[in-house]
Amino acid sequence: MFKGNTMFSYGYLALVLVFIYLPILVMMAMGFNESSNYELPFRFSLVWFEALGSNDALWRAGRNSVLLALMNTAVATVIGTMAAIALVRYKMRGHIVLQLLLFPPMAVPWLILATSMLIFFFYTGIGRGLHAMLLAHVALSLPYVIIVVAARLQSFGTELEEAASTLGATPLQTFFRVTLPIIAPGVAAAALFAFAISFDQFVTSYFLSPPGVTTLPVEIYASIRKGFTPEINAISTIIITVSMVLLLVVSRFYRFGGAR
Amino acid sequence: MAREKRRWVAYGLTVPSYLWLAVTVFLPLIVMLYFSFLSKMPFGTAEPVLTLKHYKSFLDRDFYHFLTWRSVKLGFHVTFFCLIIGFPAAYILARKVHGRWREAILLLIVLPFWSNTLIRIFAWTMVLRTNGLVDQMVHAIIPGAPSVGILYSYPAIVIGLVHSFIPYMILTCYISLQAIEDSMIEAGRVLGASSLSIFWRIILPLSLPGVVVGVVLIFVPVVGAFMEPRILGGRQSIMLGTVIEDQFTEVFNWPLGAALSFILLAIVMAIFAACYPLLRNRMKLT
Repeated sequence: MFKGNTMFSYGYLALVLVFIYLPILVMMAMGFNESSNYELPFRFSLVWFEALGSNDALWRAGRNSVLLALMNTAVATVIGTMAAIALVRYKMRGHIVLQLLLFPPMAVPWLILATSMLIFFFYTGIGRGLHAMLLAHVALSLPYVIIVVAARLQSFGTELEEAASTLGATPLQTFFRVTLPIIAPGVAAAALFAFAISFDQFVTSYFLSPPGVTTLPVEIYASIRKGFTPEINAISTIIITVSMVLLLVVSRFYRFGGAR
Repeated sequence: MAREKRRWVAYGLTVPSYLWLAVTVFLPLIVMLYFSFLSKMPFGTAEPVLTLKHYKSFLDRDFYHFLTWRSVKLGFHVTFFCLIIGFPAAYILARKVHGRWREAILLLIVLPFWSNTLIRIFAWTMVLRTNGLVDQMVHAIIPGAPSVGILYSYPAIVIGLVHSFIPYMILTCYISLQAIEDSMIEAGRVLGASSLSIFWRIILPLSLPGVVVGVVLIFVPVVGAFMEPRILGGRQSIMLGTVIEDQFTEVFNWPLGAALSFILLAIVMAIFAACYPLLRNRMKLT
């Protein structure tokens, strides 16, 4: 009976994994299928990957996406880490309020944040474009960066920092020689979060992109709504493969989900 | 003196982040609230006047009630299926699977979660369409069966969204389930509780915080979904989210869009308020 139970358990997990991976695998397979409207039988072909090479709109969108994600990672990680240190190490007046203010950007649906930014940016003359998208992406990433870095800061005491300053280190020296090396894993994880949030971000980019300046998700959405095109499968296959390989590499250094 | 200085350093360190959030989140929300009371777009020659007409038309017109009900219903359906599929998976992972297998399966579950949401929704169009994978499989088993392309229907939207959000539910449930001490369950067993009552009276109550976090994390974005219904729903796609999208991208009635956004926000806040007693302990940073 025990054996049957275990079989059932693993069988169930296998079914859940099939549900999660089946559509992704079908999508990838269709990227290698010769037919332009996903006809079966399957005939292997690389035409859609070749077609990608001459699709300038997609290339430009891809460059914008990478550029935005990199800038977002740099800005959000630096200013978010600064805020996390202030919130955890300097108990200033009002730090509870400051912490609560981190929740609206995470809890308000992105659609509402995006449309309110569109209104506000128009109203103030900031307008749409890559700079507006960067403003939005950093705002969405900041709470996650602050929470991840703050959690790391809390997991060790202030003894080392106190020792450093007693021995005459300036606050900056203490930060770069003591604090930063200790919280480095947290900062790296936060940076990864920030990159992923920006690279995957569709909703705010969609509302804040003027005609002609798009990111990959916005470009893909436009193509899907225009009609089916296997080129989208090809680019999607590349994106998914790259992001999964990246996460696999990262997971060798970090544990996810609190696995023991 | 040194204390005074420390305080200024602390404020200085937080200023960039909170200034950024002010410009991108807090001020825009305030301006949008103002917009929701405007009679028309303030970019023409005629001055707009303040009015309650957008909120009033929401209350008066059955169309909007229908939309709101559809969006909330979608939220319930997606959350429900994520829960009944995700909780058992989390339970099995936390209590039956150990060691390397557990790590590997967890990783496999979070892996796609980091890849593009839009692409994963798009992927379902190939599985669900007429002549797609599901259709072909049915025909392989029962030749001559009617075609079962369910793309562009309400169930398609639910399937796509469950697929998108189920990793949240599995993760949050898993985290609270694996924190339950074996000794608690042993104690229950020694005292003669059946497996069923151990589940109902020990495991379920202790895992409830994880379940509630999962429910909130799923319900909130699903009520505001617009891209998923657009891609998978076809003519069935009309939701509160898609109508808000239209006001900004097609109709250019921003004041109405702003009013509908605030109604959506009110729904979301009601959900948070309902779950607050169970969430309170998780909202603390320090």
